[in-house]
Amino acid sequence: MSRTEVAVSPGRLRWRRFLRHRAGVSSLAVLAALILFALSAFVMRRFGFDPDATDLFARFDPPSRLHWLGTDEAGRDELIRLMVGGQMSLLVGLLATCIGGVVGLIIGVCAGYFGGRLDAVLMRFTDGMIALPLLPLLIVLGAVDLTKLGFSREFAHSGAAGFWRIIVIIAIVDWTAIARLVRAATIAIKERDFVRAARASGAGPAYVMVSHVLPNVATPIIVAFTLTVGRVILFESVLSFLGFGIVPPTPSWGNMLNNAQELVTSAPALAIYPGLLIFVTVIAVNFLGDGLQHAFDPRSER
Amino acid sequence: MTRFILRRILQTLLVLLVMSFVIYSLIGLMPGDPIDIMVASNPNIAPEVAATLRKLYGLDQPLILRYWRWLSAALSGDLGYSRTHSQPVLTILLPALWQTCKLLISSFTISVILSFALGIAAARKPGGWIDGLISLGAFAGISVPVFWLALMMILVFAVELHWFPASGIANVGDGSFRDQFVHLVMPVTTLALATTGGFTRFVRASMIEVLRLDLVRTARAKGASETRVVLIHAFRNALIPVVTVMALSFGVLFNGALLTETMFAQPGMGKMIYDAILGNDFNLALSGLLFATLVTLLSNLAADLAYGWLDPRIALQ
Amino acid sequence: MSELVALDAVSVHFPAGGGGWFGGPKRVLRAAERVTFSIERGETLALVGESGSGKSTLGNVVAGLQVPTEGTMRFHNRPMDKDTWKAARRAIQIVFQDPFGALDPRMPVSAIIAEPLLIQGSTSAAGRRERAADLIEQVGLPRDALNRYPHEFSGGQRQRIAIARALAPRPELIVADEPLSALDVSIQSQVLNLMKELQEQHGLSYLFISHDLAVVNHLVDRVAVLYLGRLVEIGGREDLFAHPSHPYTQALLNSVPRIGHKRARGQTIKGEMPSPLNPPPGCVFHPRCPKAADICRTEVPALLPTGRGGHDAACHFRE
Repeated sequence: MSRTEVAVSPGRLRWRRFLRHRAGVSSLAVLAALILFALSAFVMRRFGFDPDATDLFARFDPPSRLHWLGTDEAGRDELIRLMVGGQMSLLVGLLATCIGGVVGLIIGVCAGYFGGRLDAVLMRFTDGMIALPLLPLLIVLGAVDLTKLGFSREFAHSGAAGFWRIIVIIAIVDWTAIARLVRAATIAIKERDFVRAARASGAGPAYVMVSHVLPNVATPIIVAFTLTVGRVILFESVLSFLGFGIVPPTPSWGNMLNNAQELVTSAPALAIYPGLLIFVTVIAVNFLGDGLQHAFDPRSER
Repeated sequence: MTRFILRRILQTLLVLLVMSFVIYSLIGLMPGDPIDIMVASNPNIAPEVAATLRKLYGLDQPLILRYWRWLSAALSGDLGYSRTHSQPVLTILLPALWQTCKLLISSFTISVILSFALGIAAARKPGGWIDGLISLGAFAGISVPVFWLALMMILVFAVELHWFPASGIANVGDGSFRDQFVHLVMPVTTLALATTGGFTRFVRASMIEVLRLDLVRTARAKGASETRVVLIHAFRNALIPVVTVMALSFGVLFNGALLTETMFAQPGMGKMIYDAILGNDFNLALSGLLFATLVTLLSNLAADLAYGWLDPRIALQ
Repeated sequence: MSELVALDAVSVHFPAGGGGWFGGPKRVLRAAERVTFSIERGETLALVGESGSGKSTLGNVVAGLQVPTEGTMRFHNRPMDKDTWKAARRAIQIVFQDPFGALDPRMPVSAIIAEPLLIQGSTSAAGRRERAADLIEQVGLPRDALNRYPHEFSGGQRQRIAIARALAPRPELIVADEPLSALDVSIQSQVLNLMKELQEQHGLSYLFISHDLAVVNHLVDRVAVLYLGRLVEIGGREDLFAHPSHPYTQALLNSVPRIGHKRARGQTIKGEMPSPLNPPPGCVFHPRCPKAADICRTEVPALLPTGRGGHDAACHFRE
């Protein structure tokens, strides 16, 4: 009997490969810890910590029993602000990736499956996107006056608008990577014999995409999603830092560094913490992506 | 080959045209318009006068018409006046472009050299401790927020150690080569550190791929020394994709330049665009964005042509 | 016997680059050129030729995966178009060459076998499960195979699963596109015997695509020989093997090693098949033909009777 008969399922095989990727496994632990850290803000609130409570007599306080990491320039507790800011940064990272990912997925599958004009237009577009200096464009998008797009004044200046704006902006520019990937995978799969067999039985494009293409492109997409989350968190931090993202007083790791440039001489700790958290999060996400890639791609050796 | 070049140049122009329209429309969506700003700074202007001015400047016309007018002016070399600087846009743009080029070229050179050295060292023994260390460093480079890295550089080397100045391009009254050099060290290092990570990973992957190929095994079998195998046989073949990716990463590099310039107060394109957007300087922002796009597109074009030249199979398609 | 399916002067052309803004002249790949044949109910027709002869393209046409550029296909004497195909999908199924690419690695075997029924949408979930269990035994695999995934099976076992899938909607015709060539020789005969049994049980017709004349000998009733997208000879198996009329068929038969025969009985083929992008004028076989004369370079030979019943050949010098 052949070797394949005693084989384990692909899922278990991948899990085993992933576990051998030490950096990936430790990243998973680090990320879990970071998420727990961000979520513990809810518990902290119970004990009377408020991210918005200012105390002008306690500005730049060093760490104390009351404020474990000290206070910021408005006398707010730095620790709880880091926790709430983490919620924002992680939420933006996940949401923007998911929205951009779904858009990219749909467009990529359609372009790959139908080919022709649609495909040509899409590829020109993604080529253009890759070639552009994105950050200046993101800033312009961040500066767009929402009232000129027909939104009400109240909404345009609310915190929610800032939150959704940054998600939409990032989703707009970040769907192309996934679309390209999905397109390539779709093209490879649609000519496989199992798809042709389904078509010979009368399967339409919708059936083929849902039943055959999506399950088979799932693994590269998971890897790409992971790596995108890291990139998006970086984008969010940059935009919020420059003042075009999450609007204060709502904290995010990016906008907590808003004043850091002036603070770097007087209160360096305030400039270090949020950046360090972004750094650790993104590096963990990237290592996780690398680990997943390793687990999914039998050719990769390490 | 001529046809290939011609087609790529035409495509580049087309992308530039489309982008100019997109950017023009987006700039139009930014808060206020030039007349609003005029009114804000001079409350004596009556609403009727403002309306007349608006008409005079054609701001009440549809977007397409305004774009067309701007485009024809821009094509004849007139990019308009900068509001914040009270000077023609080109007078401000060109020195800024030169400043950014200095930053980009020096950090690009450094990170290319570094990434080749590190990537090759890592690829010689994938999974070894050298590889692990270099990969960790590369991941750190990819993952670090550039503006925060700049902040940390300032904190350590300017605030704590006083080795380098924290901002500007020269001291007032100095401006000697040494002075300019000292001012460039931190921005260039920051940008180089941030870009080296991605490049290194790519060189490493490309080298590992090539080292598996038969041509390398043949070279080994012939008894070539390991150094020769790695440097001559493998590296030459790994070079083509690496060069392309590096040239294509110009847009990413520009993102980094914008941040480093802002952080170190360097009067380059990035900081100029950022200030122009913040200061509602529409003409300057528009032209700055378009120049940035143009430079990126040109570098991509160069990458494509170089690729076609290095790898004869491409041009045939 | 009555006609089940027929191709009538079917041509398939593919655009092969060129065109567009700067692309230069458009080029056309002529994968099949005015091919006519029919398959009777319960019959097996072999489509034989080298790789690049267009046999898989014609298989795709019959399986409804490729719309002919010219000509029509008839099924039960009805010309096929978009609407008639809908009803015919159930009745025509396909089995592919590569048993590793033919099964979706993400689906359990039961879902793979029942897939045509799911797509047809006429059977309940319970009905599909029952049918899958029924079929897996018919193709000689244990029932517990149903809950496993394709990667757990060997090539021959996968081909059995693929056959079970093709049988699921109770088809009348199965297009078998080189179903044996990826298998070990010992497995080949098992699968071949299975196909024979199933044909007898269900009254199936096969369009059996192969480059291997030795395999064809065991299963088929009639043989059609393709060269560069053209049908060059068609006839009953025994008659065609005994009296090959077209020089290409003769050469093909000579290249088959057979026990008890001397290796070279006549000419073998020299040279390589020309590109279907740029087929030679006249008879497409003339550059490699030992009998080629002037007429072959200018005039396309028609497919004409050889004088033995149902045996036609497209050669100016047919024997």
